[in-house]
Amino acid sequence: MMVRAGRVPQASLGAGASRRSLLLLVVPLTFLALFFFYPLLTILRLGLSAVGESQPLALSSVLNPLGFTLWQASLSTLLTFAVGLPGAYLFARFEFPGKRLLRALTTLPFVLPTVVVAVAFNALLGPRGWLNLGLMALSGASVPPIQFINTLWAILAAHVFYNTAVVLRLVGNAWAHLDPRLVHAARVLGASPWRAWREVTLPLLRPSIVAALVLVFLFDFSSFGVVLMLGGPRFATLEVAIYTQALHLLNLPLAALLSLIQIACTLTLTTLYARLASRLSTPSAPRAAEEASRRPVGPRQRLAAVLLVGLLLVLLVAPLAALAARSIARLEPNRGQQTSVSAGLTLSYYRELFVNRREALFYVPPIAAVRNSLGYAAATVVIALALGLPAASALARTSRFGRPVDALLMLPLGTSAVTLGLGFVVALDTPPLDLRASPLLVPLAHSLVALPFVVRTLQPALASIPERLRMAAATLGASPWRVWREVDLPIVARAVSVAAAFAFTISMGEFGATSLVARPEYPTVPIAIFRFLSQPGALNYGQALAMATLLMGLTLAGILIIERLRLPGVGEF
Amino acid sequence: MQRNKAFFIGLAWLSFVLGSCMPAVPGPGSTPAPRTLNIMTHDSFDASTSLIEAFEQSHNVRLNILKSGDSGAALNKAILSKDVPLADVFYGVDNAFLSRALGSGIFDAYDAPALATIPSAFQLDPQHRALPVDYGDVCLNYDKAYFASHNLSLPLSLDDLTQPEYRGLLVVEDPATSSPGLAFLLATVAHFGDPGFLDFWRALRANGVAVVDGWETAYYTNFSAASGHGPQPMVVSYASSPPAEVVFADPPISEPPTGTLTGADMCFRQIEFVGILHGTPNRGLAEAFVDFMLSTPFQEDMPLKMFVFPVNPQAGLPEVFSRFAEIPAQPATLTPEEIALHRDAWIQAWHQAVLE
Amino acid sequence: MLEVREVWKSYEGASLLRGISFRLAHGETACLLGPSGSGKSTLLRIIAGLEPAEAGTVMWEGMDLAPVAPHARRFGLMFQEYALFPHRNVLENVAFGLRMQNLPRVETEFRAHEALARVGLADFSQRKVTDLSGGEQQRVALARALAPRPRLLMLDEPLGSLDRGLRDRMLADLRRILALDGTPALYVTHDQEEALAIADRLLLIHDGRIQRSGTPAEVYADPGEAWVAQFLDMGTLVQARVIRSSPLRVQSELGVLAPRCTHAHHAVGVSLTLLVRRAPLTIERTAHRRYNVVRGIVQEVSFRGDSYRATLDSSTHRIAFDLPHPVAPGTALSIHLAPEAVLCLK
Repeated sequence: MMVRAGRVPQASLGAGASRRSLLLLVVPLTFLALFFFYPLLTILRLGLSAVGESQPLALSSVLNPLGFTLWQASLSTLLTFAVGLPGAYLFARFEFPGKRLLRALTTLPFVLPTVVVAVAFNALLGPRGWLNLGLMALSGASVPPIQFINTLWAILAAHVFYNTAVVLRLVGNAWAHLDPRLVHAARVLGASPWRAWREVTLPLLRPSIVAALVLVFLFDFSSFGVVLMLGGPRFATLEVAIYTQALHLLNLPLAALLSLIQIACTLTLTTLYARLASRLSTPSAPRAAEEASRRPVGPRQRLAAVLLVGLLLVLLVAPLAALAARSIARLEPNRGQQTSVSAGLTLSYYRELFVNRREALFYVPPIAAVRNSLGYAAATVVIALALGLPAASALARTSRFGRPVDALLMLPLGTSAVTLGLGFVVALDTPPLDLRASPLLVPLAHSLVALPFVVRTLQPALASIPERLRMAAATLGASPWRVWREVDLPIVARAVSVAAAFAFTISMGEFGATSLVARPEYPTVPIAIFRFLSQPGALNYGQALAMATLLMGLTLAGILIIERLRLPGVGEF
Repeated sequence: MQRNKAFFIGLAWLSFVLGSCMPAVPGPGSTPAPRTLNIMTHDSFDASTSLIEAFEQSHNVRLNILKSGDSGAALNKAILSKDVPLADVFYGVDNAFLSRALGSGIFDAYDAPALATIPSAFQLDPQHRALPVDYGDVCLNYDKAYFASHNLSLPLSLDDLTQPEYRGLLVVEDPATSSPGLAFLLATVAHFGDPGFLDFWRALRANGVAVVDGWETAYYTNFSAASGHGPQPMVVSYASSPPAEVVFADPPISEPPTGTLTGADMCFRQIEFVGILHGTPNRGLAEAFVDFMLSTPFQEDMPLKMFVFPVNPQAGLPEVFSRFAEIPAQPATLTPEEIALHRDAWIQAWHQAVLE
Repeated sequence: MLEVREVWKSYEGASLLRGISFRLAHGETACLLGPSGSGKSTLLRIIAGLEPAEAGTVMWEGMDLAPVAPHARRFGLMFQEYALFPHRNVLENVAFGLRMQNLPRVETEFRAHEALARVGLADFSQRKVTDLSGGEQQRVALARALAPRPRLLMLDEPLGSLDRGLRDRMLADLRRILALDGTPALYVTHDQEEALAIADRLLLIHDGRIQRSGTPAEVYADPGEAWVAQFLDMGTLVQARVIRSSPLRVQSELGVLAPRCTHAHHAVGVSLTLLVRRAPLTIERTAHRRYNVVRGIVQEVSFRGDSYRATLDSSTHRIAFDLPHPVAPGTALSIHLAPEAVLCLK
C-alpha cells in the first residue's frame, strides 16, 4: 500500500453529515419496510398463529429439510470454488483471444432463470441429451448410460453452473489487482513459487475469497427451482419444503416456521457478508488490471491456460450451447425404434413463435413477451436506482450504519419467494397499497432482488470520491446539492450505468418471484417459456427452446454492455 | 464521449419502452368507460381471443385475467385474501381441493340457469357455490411405438403395473407438488382403499417406478414418446394429451404416437369449478361471466385451448378429440369430503412408502 | 562476482536492452545510470531471475544462473515502490527473508530487529506498513532487503521519496553498511548526485548498451561523449573549430577557448564539440586574458546552498555558471574558466 508523504487526513465528518446520511437512508429503508418486512411479518404472524390448530409438527419435518439444505449448499459451494478459483486465476493472469466473450459467457448462467437452466441441462445431460445420444451412438446401447437428472449430482452441477460467476468475478478481480511485485519481492527474498502464493497471494485474496464463499453459500442455500426441477421429489431443501407446504399442502403453520428458520440462517449469512465486504474495497497498491495479465509464455503456461479455458467451457458454456443447438435441431423418433433419431436443422420453432396458430387469447408473441420483460426490467432499473443511489450515498459517507443496513438489504436474496408472494397477497390489501393485482408488483419484487447488487456497485464508486474534491467545490461556492451534482454525479455516472445494467439483467432473468406473484397478463419471457413447457407437443417444446435461446442472446448482450461500461475495479457485487 | 452518448441513448430507449407500456386510454366521446371484471385463474387458463372479445363488447366490460400459479397455489391465494378479495370470479378449483374451497367460504352461491342441463355427476356442490365448468381425466399415457417394438401387451389394470415385464417403464409425479400426481394417487386410493394403496405403491417402487416433481419433467424428460425421448414409455398425464400431440405435432402427423390406458380405476376424474367470490362489487357481471363459461360456444372452445372436456352435453367435441381421445368407462372418483379429510395424510404416507 | 554478458531484452516489440555487459566485483558498488525508460529496472529483474533474458547470460562466480530460480539466488532487490506486504507489520516484513531461510525463530527476530535498528526504525517493529510515511516505508524496504544478508544487493531508485537531509544520511549509512559487509551492490538511479555519492563505478546506459564505465572521478574528468555530459548535466555544450593545433586553441561562439583534450592531435579547421562546465572559474574584472574567457550579462541568479547559479547571456548563448558569491542580475561579467572546465567531447 503506497501512502505518499503528505497524505490528507480523512476529513472529519461532523454531525451534519451523518444526519444527512440518515435522511438519505429513509427512502430505501421505507421501501424495505413496506414491501419486504411488512408482508413478511404479516404472513409469518398468520402462519405461526395457527400452529397447533392443525396436525402436530414433527421435528423431522423441520430438521430434514434444514439438514439437507446445509449439506447440499456446503457441497455445492466447495465444488463451485474448485472450479472458480482456477478460473479466477485464468482471468486475472492471462490474456488470450476471446477473453471478454468467455467472461460474459461465464457470467450468463448467473442471471438466467431456473426454468432455462433446467431445460439446458436436460438438453445436455438428460436421458435424451446430447451427451447420452452421443454415447449411445458410439456404444450402440439402447438405454441412456448416464442417469443424471433427479440425482444429487444434477443439483450440484446446476449450482456450480449458476454460481461460478460469483467466484470468477469477486476473486478474479481482487487477483487481477494484486500488485505482482509483491510476489516478486517474496520470490527474491527466498520464497519458492508455492510459498510465495501461500505467504503473499492467499492472505491478500482472503477477504474476497471469504466474501465469495458466503455469497455463494447464500445462493445455494436459498436455491429453489434447481432443486425442484433437476433434483426431483427426493430432495427437499427449506425453500422447496416451504413451497410444497404453503402452496400445495396448504399447511401454512409449517411453512411459516420453515420460513422463519430460513430467514434466521440468511440473516446470519448476510451479517457475515456485510462484515467481510467492508474489507473488500481496500485495494493493495491498485494498478490497472491489464498490467498484471499477459499472454501465456512457455509450454507449461499455455497448457494451463488451455486446460482452464476448456474446464470453463465444458462446465459453464456447454449447457447453454446444448440448449441453443437443441432449439434448431429436430429429433424425431423413427416409428418403432426408440434409439435412432433422425436429426435435422430447422428454424421452424422460431418461426412458430410468431404464429398464433390457434387464435389463443394467451398466445404470447415473442415480441410481446420481450417487450413485457423489457418493460418490467426498465421499471426495475428506475426503482432500484431511485432507492440504491441514496442508500449507497449514505453508506459511502458513514460506516456506522454500513454493516446493519448492508445485511438488511441482502435479506431478500435469501428469503423464500413463496413466503414473500403470499405475504403480498395478505398484506397489500388496503389502498393505497392494494397492489396485489397490479403489474407494479413484479418490478417491486425484482427491485428487492436487484437492490443489494445496485448498492454494492454504487457504494465503492461513491466512496472513491476524495473528500478534497468536495471541499474544493464548497470553498468555490457550491451548495451541498450543487456539490453533489457537479462532483459526485459525473464521477458516479459510469457506476450508475453498470448498476442499471445489473438491475436490468437480473430483472430479465427473474422467474421464481415473478411466477409466484399474481399478475395480470403481461408475461415475461421466462414465464412464457414455462408456459410452453406445460403443454404437450413437439411444437410447444421446440418453442420453449427457441424462446429460451432468445432470452440467452438478449441477456448476453446486456452483459457485454456491462463489460464495456464498467470501470475496472469498481463495484463487483 | 462515446460512452456518454451510449448512456443517453440507453436512457432515451428506456423511457420509450416504459412509455409504450402504458395501458391504452379510451378515446373521448365514445361509450361510457368499460367496467373491469377480474377473473382469478390458474396458469393453464386459455380461450379464443374472438370469444373473449365478443363477451367484452357485448357486456361493455374489460376482462382482467389474473393468472396465479397452479390450481393449488391460486386457491391458496384466494383463501388468504378472502377478506379483501383479489378478483370477482375464481376459476380453477378442482375436486381434490373443493372441500377446502367451500369450507373457507370464499364463494357466493349462484344458481346459474345453465346448470339445469349439466349432468348431476358433475355438480358436486348442491348449494351451487362452485359450478362445474370442465373435466379432465388424469390417465396413464403409453408410447405406442415402444410397446409395439417390444411386443408388450398393454397393462389392463393397476395391478398389472407391478408385473415384472413393466419394470422401470412408468414415471409418476410427486402428489405433493403436482396436480396429476395427486390425481393418480387418489385413483389408487379409490381402487385399493386405505391403507391397501400403500402396498400397491411399495410394489410399484420395487418395480422401479420413476418419480419426478411435476408434469413438465415427467412428460418432457422421462416420457419416451414426447420430444424429450426419455426412458419411460408410460407416464401419468391426461386423456387429452394424445389429441394434443396431434395438434402440436411438427411435422404434422395423422395419428397420435401415444394412447391412453383406460382400465378400471386407472384414470381419475378431475372436475374444475368456477365460483363468484364473496364480496365482489360486480355481482351482475360476474354472473354473466359464469353463464358465459357454461355456454356452448365457450364449452366448445375449451378442448383445443385448455385440453379439457366440456361438462355441457350440448357442446360438441372437435374432431381430433372425438377421434383420438379415449374416455375411460370407469374413472376413479372420491368424494371431495373424503379427499379433504385424508389428503395430507395420504400424501405423507405415500412419501414414506415411495421415497424414503 | 557478478558477470552480465550480452543480455538482450525487448519490450512490446521494441528492443530495450541490446547487449548489456558488465562485471561487478566483490565489495564494489556500481551505479547504473540512464534516463527513464532505458530498461534499468528490467535489467535488475533479469539479474534477479524474475524475468528471462531473450539472449545473453548472467553468471555468478562463473556459474550460469539460468537454471537457478529466483528464490535460490540469494540476491536482494529493493523495489522502486517498496512492495511492502500490506498484510504484515513492519517486523514481519523485515523478517520475511529470514523466515524463508528457515532460521530458528529467535535468530530471525534478533536479526530482523538488528536490521531495523540499522535503518533507524528500531521502535517501529509493531507498526502497520500502511501507516508509515514514504520515507519510513523506504527504510523498511531497505531493512527487508538487507536482513537476509544477500550475496548481491540490487537497489532500484531506493531513495527517491526522501527529503534531502534524510537522503544524504541514508546514503552515508548505505555506504557504510555495504562497506562493512563487503556486499556487492548494483544501484539504479537517474539522480547523478546520488550516483556520485555512492558509486565506486558508474555504468552509463545509452541506447540499450553500457556505453561508458568508470569511476565517478574518471567520468567527470573526461565524459568523453556528448550524451554523457548531457545526461550528467555537467554543463553547456558548445561547437568550436580548431584554430591552433598545439597548444590546442579553438574558436567558438563564446570566444577563444583552450580545451583540455585527452585524445590525439587535432588538425586546424576540424570541428569539435566542447563541454563548458559550470566551475571552476574566477570572475575577471580586467579583460586582458585572451582565451577561456566568457563575457555576458547576468540574467538570473539562484541560490544553490554552496554556490550561486548564474545564467549569463553572452549574445550567442545562455550559459550557466556556479559562482561563489551572489551577483545582481544585469551585471556584466567576465568569467575566466579554469583549464579543466573546458573539455573536448567526441
